Amino acid sequence: MKKYLLPALLSALLVACGSAGGPGTGAAVEDRTAPGAGVATVTASEMPGSGIAALTDPNNILSRRGIYFDFDSFVIKPEFQPLVDAHARFLVQNPQMRMLVQGNTDERGSREYNLALGQKRAEAVKQALMLLGAREAQIESVSLGEEKPRCTERSESCFAENRRSDMLYSGEF
Amino acid sequence: MHMMTRFVRTLAAACLALAALAAQAQLSIEITGAGATRFPVAIPVFENEGVLPRSISDVVRADLERSGLFSLIDLGIVALPESVRPDLAGLRGRGADAVLTGSVVAVGDGRYDVRFRLFDTQKQSELGAMALRTSPAQHRATGHRIADFVYEKLTGQPGYFSTRIAYVVKSGPRYELQVADADGMNPQTALASREPIISPSWAPDGQRLAYVSFESKKPVVYVHDLPTGQRQVVANFRGSNSAPAWAPDGRRLAVVLTKDGNSQLYVLNADGSGARRIASSNGIDTEPSWSPDGAWIYFSSDRGGSAQIYRVPSEGGSAQRVTFEGNYNVTPRPSPDGKSLAFITRSSRGFQVAVMDLASRQTTILTDSTRDESPSFAPNGRMILYATENGGRGVLAAVSTDARVRQRLSVQAADVREPAWGPQPSF
Repeated sequence: MKKYLLPALLSALLVACGSAGGPGTGAAVEDRTAPGAGVATVTASEMPGSGIAALTDPNNILSRRGIYFDFDSFVIKPEFQPLVDAHARFLVQNPQMRMLVQGNTDERGSREYNLALGQKRAEAVKQALMLLGAREAQIESVSLGEEKPRCTERSESCFAENRRSDMLYSGEF
Repeated sequence: MHMMTRFVRTLAAACLALAALAAQAQLSIEITGAGATRFPVAIPVFENEGVLPRSISDVVRADLERSGLFSLIDLGIVALPESVRPDLAGLRGRGADAVLTGSVVAVGDGRYDVRFRLFDTQKQSELGAMALRTSPAQHRATGHRIADFVYEKLTGQPGYFSTRIAYVVKSGPRYELQVADADGMNPQTALASREPIISPSWAPDGQRLAYVSFESKKPVVYVHDLPTGQRQVVANFRGSNSAPAWAPDGRRLAVVLTKDGNSQLYVLNADGSGARRIASSNGIDTEPSWSPDGAWIYFSSDRGGSAQIYRVPSEGGSAQRVTFEGNYNVTPRPSPDGKSLAFITRSSRGFQVAVMDLASRQTTILTDSTRDESPSFAPNGRMILYATENGGRGVLAAVSTDARVRQRLSVQAADVREPAWGPQPSF
């Protein structure tokens, strides 16, 4: 119980102290901790149409969302083509569905350059989906670069895990 | 009522504890290398300095010592008043090539005049004098201005002790964009977030920062006014928005947008209007940075197959390749005089800060670390601040352009990254 109370108390204190002239007096501090601030989200369960449940069914290929890349590469490897095919088909059959493709990189090198590399990986997935009939307006490709690593160890297997594009549907990001 | 008072007291105590925690989060600076020949200077305590709650001459000494260019000659606790010409021959005999004398004079309303005078003991001449009006709360700022005065008189270059730096502290899941004095003191949090913040860029006025925040689950460029805390989205196009760089005129920004496919360079107005593409390639164009005269934008690109640095006229036009050695040269940052370029190069050792003389194209690697990122020049061009790693943690470091002076700036138990050295303030 104590364990859970402490962070809550601390954040309450931070708020109280902010107004009482605590640390950082004079600097205007904005807290952007609310998840998804500024993003209009629609939850998948509210979506009409068929086959939505497939997105979260672990036995369905559509529940798989990650496409992995080689070092310094943004080429979709043949082993991921069936996954791209399945999601393209789903987007064609569910034209109301929107997808966010997030590209990621490992941590080596410049943050901004990695952001651009991650964008290439996201854009490659978007282009592959569009080639199979998904509409441009359905898919936004963005990059998280090296900023949101799924794996934080400094090993080759970890780097490989982070060289990835994720396909997320409305309500999942 | 009684309960309430007790609660408020407890709250006040807890706030004090938090303030102490915040103080621990301050950057601490270690000097890890100094100039080959350091200028011996004596800075005795100022006459009547004891009327102030904190010493101003301490601030001056600490600034000059940290610069790595001066050695301080200790004269004991004697004060040399500003109004009396000191025994210059005697001071020279004690090893001081220069001496600063000073006095503090109360002028009423809790304000003070700090008068100081700098002498050359070899030439037996006065180098200059000044008086600054101050209040006890401004003692550090006043000390920095006096250190700037001494630095400029003795080196011929402006000092950088009154400047500020911006950087990002990552502590667990929390990201904070902070602004501190160049000596790491007085850190203020401009933005706290659960999502990453990268690429802070100072406006030439020293009042606004542009940066990239991921708070809406994708990179979006903001401009943040530091005095008011007001922030404005300036680039939130479909796709990613990143790498803001202020134009020297303070009215425009170069940014990287992906609205038309891959990462490409655009220039837009500081309010976000009028985005105009200034270069185009089939691959990555990113990390724009303006030359100080505003004529060129340096950037990194893989258009030639590997990551290299190019430049393009800021009005648009054809790009010229700038780096040719190696296969990874990124994050170009022109020096304030426009004559050299700091960047990150990948060598056989790893990622290191390099500087290129733009006329001769001669490149020198300045560091011996292997995970360097984000170089940023001091406004006088003498030091380069950058992010690196020490003991598995992100720290900031600074190196002089002759590679001799080295400092490390770290925060206990947190990662520090993404430094940006602010402009020279105007007084």
